[in-house]
Amino acid sequence: MRELRTEEFIVNMGPQHPSTHGVCRLVLTMDGEKIVKIEPVIGYLHRAIEKVMENRTYSQCIPMMDRVEYVTSMSCEYVFSLATERIAEMEVPERAKYLRVIMLELNRIASHLLFYGVTAMDIGALTPFLYGMRERELIIDLFEMTCGQRLTYNYIRIGGVSKDIPKGFEQKCRSALKVIAEKMSDYEGLLNENPIWLKRTKGVGILPKELAIAYGVSGPNLRASGVQYDLRRNDPYCIYDKFDFDIPVRYNGDCFDRYILRLDEIKQSMRIIYQALDGLPEGDVKNKKVKLTFKPPAGETYTRIENSRGELGVYLISDGGKKPLRVKTRGASFNHVQILPHFSTNMLIADLVANFATLDIIMPEVDR
Amino acid sequence: MGIIKKLPIYSEKFPGGGIVTTSLEAALNQGRAKSLWYLLFGTACCAIELMCTGASRYDFDRLGMIFRATPRQADLILCAGTITKKMAPRLRRLYDQMAEPRYVIAMGGCTINGGPFYYDSYSVEKGIDHIIPVDIYIPGCPPRPESLMEGCIHLQEKIKKQKLLDWQEK
Repeated sequence: MRELRTEEFIVNMGPQHPSTHGVCRLVLTMDGEKIVKIEPVIGYLHRAIEKVMENRTYSQCIPMMDRVEYVTSMSCEYVFSLATERIAEMEVPERAKYLRVIMLELNRIASHLLFYGVTAMDIGALTPFLYGMRERELIIDLFEMTCGQRLTYNYIRIGGVSKDIPKGFEQKCRSALKVIAEKMSDYEGLLNENPIWLKRTKGVGILPKELAIAYGVSGPNLRASGVQYDLRRNDPYCIYDKFDFDIPVRYNGDCFDRYILRLDEIKQSMRIIYQALDGLPEGDVKNKKVKLTFKPPAGETYTRIENSRGELGVYLISDGGKKPLRVKTRGASFNHVQILPHFSTNMLIADLVANFATLDIIMPEVDR
Repeated sequence: MGIIKKLPIYSEKFPGGGIVTTSLEAALNQGRAKSLWYLLFGTACCAIELMCTGASRYDFDRLGMIFRATPRQADLILCAGTITKKMAPRLRRLYDQMAEPRYVIAMGGCTINGGPFYYDSYSVEKGIDHIIPVDIYIPGCPPRPESLMEGCIHLQEKIKKQKLLDWQEK
C-alpha cells in the first residue's frame, strides 16, 4: 500500500472570531485535527492607555483606567486610587471604604455572571447566556442608580468615592442578591450534571500547578489548579481583613474546575456584601482635602489587588507634578494568554475554545 | 395585517383568496429592514453593551436582528468598540467580504472619532469612516442599549426609504 503524504497547515483563529472574546489572534499549526503549535498574536486593541495617562491629571486618569478592563471597571478605578493614596499617604473615610468593598464585590459577581454566560455560549449552550445576563442586569441597575453609568463608572475616586449611595440602594441591593442566590441553583442545574457539558470540560485543558506558578497565573485560574492564593487574604487591602469569607479551591485544574470555582466565588462575594451592608457606618464618603489640581509628593509604588481575573497591579511613579510620570498596569489576562500555548497543544480546536473561554481572558487587559 | 396596511399595497379580495399588488422596491426594502443580521464584531467596551442588548432584558431579536459569526451571512456591521491602526485593515477586509446590500453602524465614541483617545493616542484610528462608509452613528461611551436600538430603528427607516438601485451607486 502506498503511504499517504501528509503535511501540517496553518489556521488563523481571529482576530474577528466570536469566541476569542475581543480581538485575540491565534495562529494554529494543525496536523489533521490536532493542534501542534499555538502562537498568540496580540496588540489588536492596543490603545496606548498607559501613554495617554501620562498626559492626564490624576483625576482624569480614572476614566482612562475604566477602559483598561471594562468588565470590572470598579477594580481598575480602585487600584489606581489606592496607588495614588499610598503615595500621598492619604486617609480615606470609613464609609467610603465600605462602599468600595460593596462595589468591588458587586462588580466581581457581574463579571462572573458574564463569564458563566459567555463560556457556555462558546462551548455551545445558548440558554445559560440569557440566564446569566438577566441577573447581571440587576447589578448593573444598582450601579446605574449610584453613578449613572452602566459600564464605565468613574465612581471610585482618589480619597473616597464620588458620591454617597442613593436612598433605597441597600434594600434594592439585598433583594438583588436574594434573587441571584435563588437563581444559583438554576445555573448549577443547567450545567453541572449536563453530560454534554461534562464531556466538553471534565479533564480538558489541565493546567498543572507548577506550570501555573511558573508563568505567574493568578486569580481563579490559579485557585482551580490547587493553590490557595488570594490577594484579599494574602495581602489584604482596603478592609478585607474585617470580613469573614472563604477562598474556594479546586484541585484538578481542568476547564470544569475553572468554571465551577467562579460559581463558588459568587457565593463568597455575596457573603462579603451582606457583611459590608450590615456594618456600613455613617459619615463622609470623600476626603475633603483632595482638590481637582491634586499633587501627590514624589514617590513610586506597586499596588496590586485581586480582581475577578487575577492580580491587577499598577506601578505608579510620581514626580510631584500634576500628572503621573509613568503608569504601568499589570493585567492577569496577559499571563493567561502567554500560558495558552504551553498546555493547549495536542488537542482539538473545539477544546481550545473551551480552554480559552474558561481562562476568562479579556483582551484590553492584555493590550491596554 | 398591521404590516400590510403600512405598505404601498393594493389588495383585492375574491372568494377563496385574494391578490396583493405592490412595488418590488417596497417588498424588498421591507424584507431588508426587518431581517438585519449583524456581524458579531465587538472589539472593546461597547461589545459588552451589545451583548446586553442581545440578551434577555433588551432582546434584540424583536427588531429582527440576530448575530452572525461570519461576514458572508451578515447584512450589517455593528462596529462596537475601538478600531486600532492594526485592526483597521481587518475591518476593511470584513466589509469587503460582505454581500451587498450592506450597512454599517458605528457604535460608540471610539468609532465616531476616537472618543477618549482622540487627542493623544498614537494607535487609535480616529473614526471608522476613514475606512468604510458609515450609515448610522450612535454616540456614547458606551451607548446605552436603548440608544443602540434607537439607532437600529433609524437604520431600518433609512432602508425603507432607499430606491432600488441606490446601493449600487455607493
